[in-house]
Amino acid sequence: MAKHSLRRLLGLIPTLLLLLTVAFFLIRVAPGGPFDAEKALPPEIQANLNAKYHLDESLLQQYFRYLGQVVSLDFGPSYQYKDWTVNELIAQGFPVSLTVGLTAIVLAFFVGTMLGIAAALRQNSTVDYSLMGFAMLGISIPNFVIAPILILLLAVYAGWLPAGGWDWGVPSMVLPIVTLALPAIAYIARITRGSMIEVLHSNFIRTARAKGLSESIVIRRHALRPALLPVISYLGPAIAGMISGSVVIERIFSIPGLGSYFVQGALNRDYTLVMGVVIFYGVLILVLNFLVDLLYAWLNPKIRYDQKR
Amino acid sequence: MKSSTKSQAPLLEIKDLNVGFDTPEGEVHAVNNLNFSIKAGDTLAIVGESGAGKTQTVMAALGLLAENGHASGQAIFKGNDLLQMSAAELNRHRGREIAMIFQDPMTSLNPYLRIDKQMIEVVMHHQGLNKNQAREHAVEMLRAVRIPDPERRIRQYPHEFSGGMRQRVIVAMGLLCEPDLLIADEPTTALDVTVQGQISHLMGALRDNSNTAIILISHNLGVVAGLCERVLVMYAGEAVECGSVEQVYYDPRHPYTRGLLESVPRLDRPEEQGLNSIPGNPPNLLTLPAGCKFRDRCPEASDACREKPPMQLDDQRHAWRCILGGDT
Repeated sequence: MAKHSLRRLLGLIPTLLLLLTVAFFLIRVAPGGPFDAEKALPPEIQANLNAKYHLDESLLQQYFRYLGQVVSLDFGPSYQYKDWTVNELIAQGFPVSLTVGLTAIVLAFFVGTMLGIAAALRQNSTVDYSLMGFAMLGISIPNFVIAPILILLLAVYAGWLPAGGWDWGVPSMVLPIVTLALPAIAYIARITRGSMIEVLHSNFIRTARAKGLSESIVIRRHALRPALLPVISYLGPAIAGMISGSVVIERIFSIPGLGSYFVQGALNRDYTLVMGVVIFYGVLILVLNFLVDLLYAWLNPKIRYDQKR
Repeated sequence: MKSSTKSQAPLLEIKDLNVGFDTPEGEVHAVNNLNFSIKAGDTLAIVGESGAGKTQTVMAALGLLAENGHASGQAIFKGNDLLQMSAAELNRHRGREIAMIFQDPMTSLNPYLRIDKQMIEVVMHHQGLNKNQAREHAVEMLRAVRIPDPERRIRQYPHEFSGGMRQRVIVAMGLLCEPDLLIADEPTTALDVTVQGQISHLMGALRDNSNTAIILISHNLGVVAGLCERVLVMYAGEAVECGSVEQVYYDPRHPYTRGLLESVPRLDRPEEQGLNSIPGNPPNLLTLPAGCKFRDRCPEASDACREKPPMQLDDQRHAWRCILGGDT
């Protein structure tokens, strides 16, 4: 297991290199530059700026210079946020995005699986149909629609929660986290229901029932683990998506997370900031997927590696 | 110790059992007016083609029918009707007094749990043993079904066992609580001939030592002959013939039983005769014909077979459902 994990971790390096390369050249292909403004700068200043940030070198030179920086874990200075390095910006924004994303996914996992199991155990009943109906709604309504509705109801009319902003207090976290979690809850509930129903029809569940075990033991001990496997494989991409993809949510609720830097960086051609965020998220997504694979293997003995025979 | 004395009350008595399944096409009549009984220490075989209702009969008795299935009639086990019991009441019998060995060894064990966990839970649940005692007991049982190195193997997962080994694990699991009634659904079908013999021997030993009653569901008339005393032949959800192995094998009264026996490949038959089979297919269980269900495939059918044939019974407890066969 350990040997295999190490091999897989090393295998992440070429993926990252490819990601870095593509992102690097892609943002350079985009028209405009970091110091373009409404009023064009005098040519001398422009030249000085380019020289300071090595933008006067050939693209290939810049690429290898950047590669060298990244290896030493330095993403360089931001072009737009003067006096800030990209590392500092990430260090500032990431904890917020992480808090929102991680809480949302944990919430989605527990609530989603619970609802899914509840629906599966009452298959084709009113409970089942209404749960799955709501789930379908949750999946199909985009979060930029859900968010304003929630703000309107809970913040503006009821006045229970702040409509936006971030102060690390629980009330300011509730709406963004719930908004982010809702579609995932709906999706997880649907996968859980489907796989639980399938598992409950399998022969080994019949064997467990024939042993005279109570239904709750049959479900907890025999059905839960296989029923959760599809959820686990969904979780990898979902976690990454929720930590990185909360750009819309961060915008709507004015949260100072990493997502807003990402968007700002891309719009301003802030090359170093965009590259820094891309690489940071790249690493995060790859590592999270790797962890989910480990979890999956731990849950499913059939695909465990390096078996001692 | 074949102590099936005539006076003894039956361990399990199936009375007028009907099993149906609601499907989009209509109701499937899987078992129709079935009656049989088995005493402690008896061995009864249920034979018949696929879809004859053999498995659903025992599933109904154990409360394991699929959700769209329903059973009526009675299944009296030790004086109580299994069909009237709640799941909780059934669970006091299932696994402890009635054990079931399922037919498909590849899918009947939980692939996500080690063998020890799956075996131990039965013993701990029903006999209140602690974990270590239960494990010891399970290891002993694996040794009894000739799984080599059981202390190590018990810590493995089902996918690390071959099909035959898995079937032995399932058999061992069924025997753990020394049930009063063991229901074995095709326990040897997945196995090599040599292992078939061993498993069949093992079940025979259990019956002789603990007076366990066995219901063996099988296609394999050879295994049936080796292990069982009585045979119940089922066709389209009905009992068509029932008697001792000698009566049914050597003096079959129902044309279907004769066809079934003649379909067994034999080495002593001239090669040019080829394999025998019964022409045609079993009737559609959605629309069962009135009268004799075997009529359309029967070489001896007549107009009289349009009426439902009575169950004939001779004085040797040999019964068959046909208008013929009474004179021999």
